[in-house]
Amino acid sequence: MRITQGTFSYLPDFTDEQIQAQIQYCLNNDWPIAIEYTDDPHPRNVYWDMYGLPMFDIKDAVAIMQTLTECKATFPEHYIRISGYDRSLGRATTALQFIVNRPADEPGFYLDRQEVSDRQVRYTIRSHSVTRPRG
Amino acid sequence: MAGSNDGAPKSRWSSGVAPYVEMGYWDADYQPKDTDILCAFRIVPQEGVDPIEAAAAVAGESSTATWTVVWTDRLTAHEHFQAKAYRVDRVPGTDQYIAYIAYDIDLFEEGSIANLTSSIIGNVFGFKAIKSLRLEDMRIPPIYTKTFLGPPHGIVMEREFLNKFGRPLIGATTKPKLGLSARNYGRVVYEALRGGLDFVKDDENINSQPFMRWRDRFLFCMEAVNKAAAVTGEVKGHYLNITAGTMEQMYERAEFAKELGSIIVMIDLTVGYTAIQSMANWCRKNSVILHMHRAGHSTYTRQKTHGISFRVISKWMRLSGVDHIHAGTVVGKLEGDPNSVQGFYSTLRDSKVAINPVQGLYFEQDWGSMPGVFPVASGGIHAGQIHQLLHLLGEDVVMQFGGGTIGHPDGIAEGAAANRVAIEAMIQARNEGRDYLNEGPEILERAAKWSPSLAKALEIWKDITFDYASTDTPDAVVTPS
Repeated sequence: MRITQGTFSYLPDFTDEQIQAQIQYCLNNDWPIAIEYTDDPHPRNVYWDMYGLPMFDIKDAVAIMQTLTECKATFPEHYIRISGYDRSLGRATTALQFIVNRPADEPGFYLDRQEVSDRQVRYTIRSHSVTRPRG
Repeated sequence: MAGSNDGAPKSRWSSGVAPYVEMGYWDADYQPKDTDILCAFRIVPQEGVDPIEAAAAVAGESSTATWTVVWTDRLTAHEHFQAKAYRVDRVPGTDQYIAYIAYDIDLFEEGSIANLTSSIIGNVFGFKAIKSLRLEDMRIPPIYTKTFLGPPHGIVMEREFLNKFGRPLIGATTKPKLGLSARNYGRVVYEALRGGLDFVKDDENINSQPFMRWRDRFLFCMEAVNKAAAVTGEVKGHYLNITAGTMEQMYERAEFAKELGSIIVMIDLTVGYTAIQSMANWCRKNSVILHMHRAGHSTYTRQKTHGISFRVISKWMRLSGVDHIHAGTVVGKLEGDPNSVQGFYSTLRDSKVAINPVQGLYFEQDWGSMPGVFPVASGGIHAGQIHQLLHLLGEDVVMQFGGGTIGHPDGIAEGAAANRVAIEAMIQARNEGRDYLNEGPEILERAAKWSPSLAKALEIWKDITFDYASTDTPDAVVTPS
């Protein structure tokens, strides 16, 4: 399966040049970049691990690409995402977020159905990466 | 008779009928206070009726006046409570006038759209001395907006909750809108969501008919939503329409939707202002997103000389507290002048809205920190128009492609994927600095080379446009330079 979170998951995986262009767009808007990674991309796993703090003071897309390269080397089989953050009044939220690294084989999810009364079903989505961890 | 004014010189308080202008409802020198609610009305007076008197009559009848002088006014601080018409402009080349009227804040109950509207549109629209009347715009001061809580979530909170950023959200309305069994209906929902849509939607008239009762629909739709979330890893939603005949039934349906884990419910505008505010409270309390379908609005928003502009309805709905509202597509099958629609979108989304005659915005509007409402563009739009839609409507919008998803020749999921690919490709190009509006067709063609779903969608709908003159257009037009 292919997890389709993030702004560009329906497009072919971006090249470095394409990633850098999106980072540049964020920087042009004064949106600092953050890099996060996880091995559990559950749709409700909000807090991926931060690869360092958001790069508030780094305005150079090439430098950010270098940090991303390090992150990918450290976590080649993790999901890695890049976010641009808009701190402006009334927003104070993520403005753009897209996945830039995925495991070669994405384990996906299992939909657990608990049948209860009145034809109701209690649904729980479980990450295979957690229920069947590799290695 | 003792105490009667009979025989006294004609004064403001002489019994009988007096012109509204003379009763204090016209004041050309009035300086609106920051706390006043201001209205712009489009008035067509009956022949022979002075436009200023017509404006004063509207001010009078929408505030304290009745058709004749009453001595009981003298028991009140009437100058304070009287609405004041303070400016009347002729619309060039027509028999129409724009009248500006100021209402003191004390005329209105806090936090009640029902009260606000019963005052301002309560009686005056049937007034014989005017041929027709339209409420064009309102300036609602922060002192009054602060008496409402507004959208239960708002654009920012909803995006954070959905974990979806940087692109318009996309959805579709299940079709055919009537007649599917609950099980087949759920199939459409599942296919559209797994294919790439964020939301699927009940139509306005899907409530609880004999062919599909509401509980059955809710159960099958939630199976579809959860299964689609598991196969994509994304948060998905289906707007379960809880519109019903009574509040008790609406609460029952809302509770069941919540119990099943639905992140969103929907109501129709036809339920009425009070029901809307009550459902907004319920949604706030239960962390459920509230979608509003503006069913019925065109009966009073579409004609330029009578009714209420949708920009006013937009303001009332933002105050009432809906998270989504249909607000026009411009390019689709339903009425929508581009400038007017952009005015509605600003009104729904922005914190401060400036006067903009071209967009039909008569007043500044300061929303303070009230969250924005997601405008929804729905009705006759398809993947081939994405560049125009993004240009006209921006990023904080829910674009809904019903026919444009379900009508795809290779299936619903492929239709959904086509729309998602088109959106993402256009956002990518925009962010890369491309002139996406002009290069849009080329950007889509390039994406279609690796996306057969998009290629089919473009092929089948490429020439579909709905090009009719709008009936509701602002008076001001941009002069091409």
